[in-house]
Amino acid sequence: MSVVSLVPLALLGGLLGLDVVSFPQAMISRPLVASTLAGALAGDTKSGLLLGAVLELIALETLPFGASRYPEWGSASVVGGAIFASRTAHVTGALTLGMLAALATTWVGGWTMVKLRRLNARWAAGRREALDAGARGAVVSLQLSGMTADLVRGTLLTAIAYIILSPIATACIRSWTIPPQLSRSIDVAVAASVAGGAAWKLFHSTVGARWFFVGGLAVGLFLLFAR
Amino acid sequence: MTLTTVEPPTGSIARLPLGTRVSILVRLLAIQGAWNYETMLGNGLGFCLEPALRLLPEGRHSPQFKSALARESRYFNAHPYLAAVAVGALARAELDREPPERIERFRTALCGPLGSVGDRLVWAGWLPFCSLFSLALFGLGAGTLTVVGVFLVLYNAGHFALLVWGLHMGWQHGLRVAAGLANPVLRRGPQEIGRLAALATGVAIPLALGRIIGPARHLIGGVLVAVAVGSFLIVRLQGRIQGWRLSLFVLAVVVLLSVIR
Repeated sequence: MSVVSLVPLALLGGLLGLDVVSFPQAMISRPLVASTLAGALAGDTKSGLLLGAVLELIALETLPFGASRYPEWGSASVVGGAIFASRTAHVTGALTLGMLAALATTWVGGWTMVKLRRLNARWAAGRREALDAGARGAVVSLQLSGMTADLVRGTLLTAIAYIILSPIATACIRSWTIPPQLSRSIDVAVAASVAGGAAWKLFHSTVGARWFFVGGLAVGLFLLFAR
Repeated sequence: MTLTTVEPPTGSIARLPLGTRVSILVRLLAIQGAWNYETMLGNGLGFCLEPALRLLPEGRHSPQFKSALARESRYFNAHPYLAAVAVGALARAELDREPPERIERFRTALCGPLGSVGDRLVWAGWLPFCSLFSLALFGLGAGTLTVVGVFLVLYNAGHFALLVWGLHMGWQHGLRVAAGLANPVLRRGPQEIGRLAALATGVAIPLALGRIIGPARHLIGGVLVAVAVGSFLIVRLQGRIQGWRLSLFVLAVVVLLSVIR
């Protein structure tokens, strides 16, 4: 990938990384959206959506609760979506490698968010006197610098992850030996297993939820086999 | 910005001017912009309240404005969407000239309820529901624009409605906002949305799985068994390892085996 095509991808990763926490938390950073947008940039929107759906199943487990450390799906889904969508005709192993690239990036992304929060704390400590004096400029500039740093974080993360992981994916695809259908089955089983476990964690304490789940499952399985 | 709604006789403002409300709502989208482990949402809260504090009769260069902004920029934590309730209530309290110590006690008392209700209502309810509803549409064969569009419109309808309602409700009730928090949406909403999300989970997982698996559809029976076993394993391992880390490990092993073989 040339620098010219890497720049929009990195900027998209930056914007979607910003959405995770800082601004505007409109969930354009969810894999279903982020990977689709990356696919559109890479020239294959449908493939972006396909990977986005797989990652969304996994992301159900990691919701942005309070101060906990959670994976950063915005930039990561851009990296995974671009890697998968830029390999046309879904070559064997591309989906697995797209998922792996996204998961690896989301892990690093979570770590960079912790670093950013510490940096924000340092900046706040540096402006403590002005903040205690009620200086409007200090409050506004702290907010803007935090968001700018988050944008830079997401942009750099996307660019670096793509530069490192894309050639690795290409090399792996060349020597891929697992049959395509088995490969796809493993991918979908892994993602759906995480979604199943996540659903139990989220809803098991809600009164009556298990019956709603069973009812929904019956409908889902009926539609699956009837189609 | 219109300041015509200021009511000088009582010394307080009946309703926030439209320009101020819009400004606060836009800033609420960035409330976590400087989130950190020391003051958490504190600076963001001050940032969001600042347009309302400008309505203090003494103006934005006055000691009253500065002491209010300093007070409101200290430690605060809540769910980012329900923080709108706090912003509305605190704007009211500051413009009504409530005593500073009362405002500080109120800020502290708000953190817990606004955090836990928001987490259950949005993160554990509305977000998974919207996500699973869109995944069900994806599984049913909906196009890219439909899947992504429905997700974004549905989720953000709830998101923005909560921001607008929270700001309005907080402003209406001021320091007596606890009564407003007894709203049925907040009390029963998490349970009801949780049930809907459980229903959506049951429908969405098999359908999404069916579309993703594509050419390997004849293997679907085995995949469903693997999903049941995998889900059980992830639930059993809860607290020791997260599913996404486990999937990272499994996929890395798959790639290694495939490449080395």
